[in-house]
Amino acid sequence: MTRFWTRLIVVLTVILGVNYVAWRWLASLNWEAWWIAVPLVIAETYSLIDVMLFGLTVWNLKIRKPPPAAPADATVDVFITTYNEPLDLVLTTALAAKDIRWPHSTWILDDGNRPELRELAEAHGIGYVTRSSDWTPDMPRHAKAGNLNNALMLTFGEYLLILDADQIPEPDILDKTLGYFNDDKVALVQTPQYFINVPADDPLGSQAPLFYGPIQQGKDGWNAAFFCGSNAILRREALMQLGLVGYVKATEQSVRRALAASRSAIKKARHSAEAENPLVGQMLDEVEAATNTAQQELDSGASLSEITYRVRRKVDDAVRTLVAADFSALQADLEEIAAMELAHVGESGITTVAGDAVDRMSGREWSPLGALESVHAVLEAISVERTGEAQPIMPLATISVTEDMATAMRLHALGWKSVYHHEILANGLAPEDLKTMLTQRLRWAQGTMQVLLRENPLVQRGLSWGQRLMYFSTMWSYLGGFAAVVYFAAPIIYLTLGILPVSSLSFEFFVRFIPFMVVNQALFLVAGHGIPTWRGQQYSLALFPTWIKSCTTAARNVWFGRPLGFAVTPKARQSGGPSWSLIRPQIIVAVLLAVALVAGITRLLVGLSEPLGTLVNVAWVAFDLVVLSVLVKAVLYKGFVPEGSGAPENPESPEGPQERNADAV
Amino acid sequence: MQFSYEVKDSYAEVKGVGRLNMVAAPKLREVVAEVVAGGSSRVVVNLAETDFMDSSGLGALIGCLKAARQAGGDLRIAGVQPQVKMVLELTNMDRVLTAYPSAEEAFGND
Repeated sequence: MTRFWTRLIVVLTVILGVNYVAWRWLASLNWEAWWIAVPLVIAETYSLIDVMLFGLTVWNLKIRKPPPAAPADATVDVFITTYNEPLDLVLTTALAAKDIRWPHSTWILDDGNRPELRELAEAHGIGYVTRSSDWTPDMPRHAKAGNLNNALMLTFGEYLLILDADQIPEPDILDKTLGYFNDDKVALVQTPQYFINVPADDPLGSQAPLFYGPIQQGKDGWNAAFFCGSNAILRREALMQLGLVGYVKATEQSVRRALAASRSAIKKARHSAEAENPLVGQMLDEVEAATNTAQQELDSGASLSEITYRVRRKVDDAVRTLVAADFSALQADLEEIAAMELAHVGESGITTVAGDAVDRMSGREWSPLGALESVHAVLEAISVERTGEAQPIMPLATISVTEDMATAMRLHALGWKSVYHHEILANGLAPEDLKTMLTQRLRWAQGTMQVLLRENPLVQRGLSWGQRLMYFSTMWSYLGGFAAVVYFAAPIIYLTLGILPVSSLSFEFFVRFIPFMVVNQALFLVAGHGIPTWRGQQYSLALFPTWIKSCTTAARNVWFGRPLGFAVTPKARQSGGPSWSLIRPQIIVAVLLAVALVAGITRLLVGLSEPLGTLVNVAWVAFDLVVLSVLVKAVLYKGFVPEGSGAPENPESPEGPQERNADAV
Repeated sequence: MQFSYEVKDSYAEVKGVGRLNMVAAPKLREVVAEVVAGGSSRVVVNLAETDFMDSSGLGALIGCLKAARQAGGDLRIAGVQPQVKMVLELTNMDRVLTAYPSAEEAFGND
C-alpha cells in the first residue's frame, strides 16, 4: 500500500516538477538579469533532477524478509580495520567480534603496525595482520583498500565481515546475514551504520536514517545496494574474481602501452649519442624486432605471459650475444697487445676478462642497453607482474578514497548481486566535533567524485540502467554545493538591488511552484515513513563549501594528478574551544543574508520595491538562515554526554563511549 | 589438496590433486616459493588432477607467476580440466596464461 502511495507521489512530483521547471525555462526568465536568472534556473533544474533520482530510488523500495539459514560449514573471517585509533577502542571492537556466535576467525588489520596492538591481539587470541613484505616503501599503499587487499592474501574464509575499528558488532550479526549468500550470485550484504554516541537532536547530522533506510532499500530494489565500507559481509570469491578481472585488464593495458612506448623510445634512442656505438645500434635493431613480433602476437590473441616472456628472452639473448661478441673482440685486442709486450700488466698479472663479466654486463642494468634509460624502462614495463603495485591482485578498487563504492559498482558490473539488510547489527561511534565531521564528509564526497570522474557509472558496461542511475544519483547529490550558492545569492540580490531573476512573481509562478514544493516535501514524508529528514536537508545545503571543495579537489586529482589532501578521520574528539573558522564561508553568507533582510525591508518602506517580491524573498532568506543555524549548534556542540547518570548505555561493554573518547585525547 | 613437486631437467613440475580453492591457495604459493628458492625458476603447475579451482586459486597462480618471473624464470600451467578452463575464461585469465596440454609440452618450445 505504501508502495502505491510512494509511486503516486513520485509520479506527481515528476509531473509538477517538469511543469514548473519547463515554464521557468520557457516563459519566466528575466533576460535583463541573465547573470542571476540563468544560474537560478540551472540550480532549479539540478534540484528537479535530484528529486527525480530520489523518486526513482524509492520507486522500487525493497522490504526484505529474513533470509534462510546459512549452511553450517560456511567459513568467515572478521576483519577489523584500523590505522591510528586508540588501542582500547580497537580492542573493544575486536573482543565483541570474537564473541560473534557464528564460527569465524577474527583479525585486526593494523595499518599502523603497532607492536602494542599486536601484543594485545595475541594476548586475547585474536589474529593480527599488517602489510606483508610485498608492500615495499616505493609501492602505493592505497589506504584502507590496500589494508584489506593485503589481508585477503593472508586469510581464507569464504566470507568476510568488515568492521571499522569503532563499529561494535552484535553477536548474531552473521546468523542474520549469511543466509543471503545461499543465492550464489550474492556478493555483498550491507547492514546499517548506526551511532550510539549521538544525542537525540543529532547536532552534527551523524545518523543517516534516510540513507540507511529508504535510499538503500530503494537501491536494493534495483539490485544496487551500496557497500559502505563497514558492517558489511562480502563473498571472497566475488572479490577475488574482481581482482583477477582487474589484473587482466591492467596487464593487457600496460603491455599495449609499453609496446607503443617501446617503438617511440627506440626511435628517440637512435638519435641519441649512445646510438653511435655500433653495438648499441645493433641492440636497438634486436629490441625493435622483438617488440614488433610481440605486437603481432598480441593482435593475434596470444597470451600475455607468453608474449612478455618471449620479448624478455629475445632481448636478453640478443644483448648477451652482442656483449659476448664485443668482449671477445676486446679479449683479442688485449691478447694482441700482450703479445706485442706493449701492455703494462698490473698486479693481477693476467689480462683476461673475468668469466662472469659477460653475464654481468648482459644484465639489464649494466649492458649498453641500460645506458638507454628510456628503452630500458619500457622493456621493464612489458611484463605480467604488475610491477607498479605491491600485489598483482587488488580485489578492492583503488581508484578512489571511497573504495567501497567503487568496489560495489565493479561487482555489480560483473553481474553480482548485493543485499541491504535493514536491521542494526553493529553500534558505531560518530565524530563528536565539527572539524572531524567535516573531514569525514569531505572524504566521502571526494571519493564519490573520484569514482564519477574515473568510472562514470552512466557508461559502465555490465550495469543495468537502474544500477547506473542509482550510482549516478549519489554522485549527483554531491554537486548540490553549487546550487546552494545560487539559492543563497538570489534572494540577497533581490532584497539589496531589487533585481528579480523571474520575469514576474505572477499568479502563474505560484500556481506552478507551490504544488511542486508541497508534493516534493510529501515525497520525503511518505518515502521516509516519517523518519526525521530535516537534519539531513539542512546539512545538504549548509555544507556547501565542503561539497564544492570535494568537486574541485577530486577534479584536480583525477585530471591533473594532484593530491586530494586526504586525511584519515580521527575517531577521537579534537580538543580546543569552538572553532568558528571552520564555517567562515557560511558565516559570511549568513551576514549577507541578514544585511539583505534589513536592506529589503528598508527598500520596501521607502517604496523602492513591491510587497509581494519582498515577502517571497524575506521568507526565502528566513528559510536559508534556519538552514544555516544548524551550524551554530554544531560549532557549540561539546561532545556526547550519555543521558541519565552517565552510566554506560550498553551493559555488555565495560565502558561507555564517553570515557573511551576521554582516554583517547 | 595435496601438492607435490619434482625437479626435472629443464623445469620443475608442481602437481596438485584435488580442489585448488581459497584454503589450498596459500599452500600452492608456499610450494612454488620453495621450488623457486631451490633454484628452479622454470615451473610447470600440472593441473591434470585438479578438478576444481576458484578465483583464489587463480590468484595464487598469478602470485606464483610473479615469483618465478622475478627469479628470472616462468610459470606455466598444463593439463587443465573443463571446470578450470571455464574459470580461466570467466575471469579473462586465459588472456594471460596459456594452458598447455601436458607438463612436458609447457616448456617444449624453449
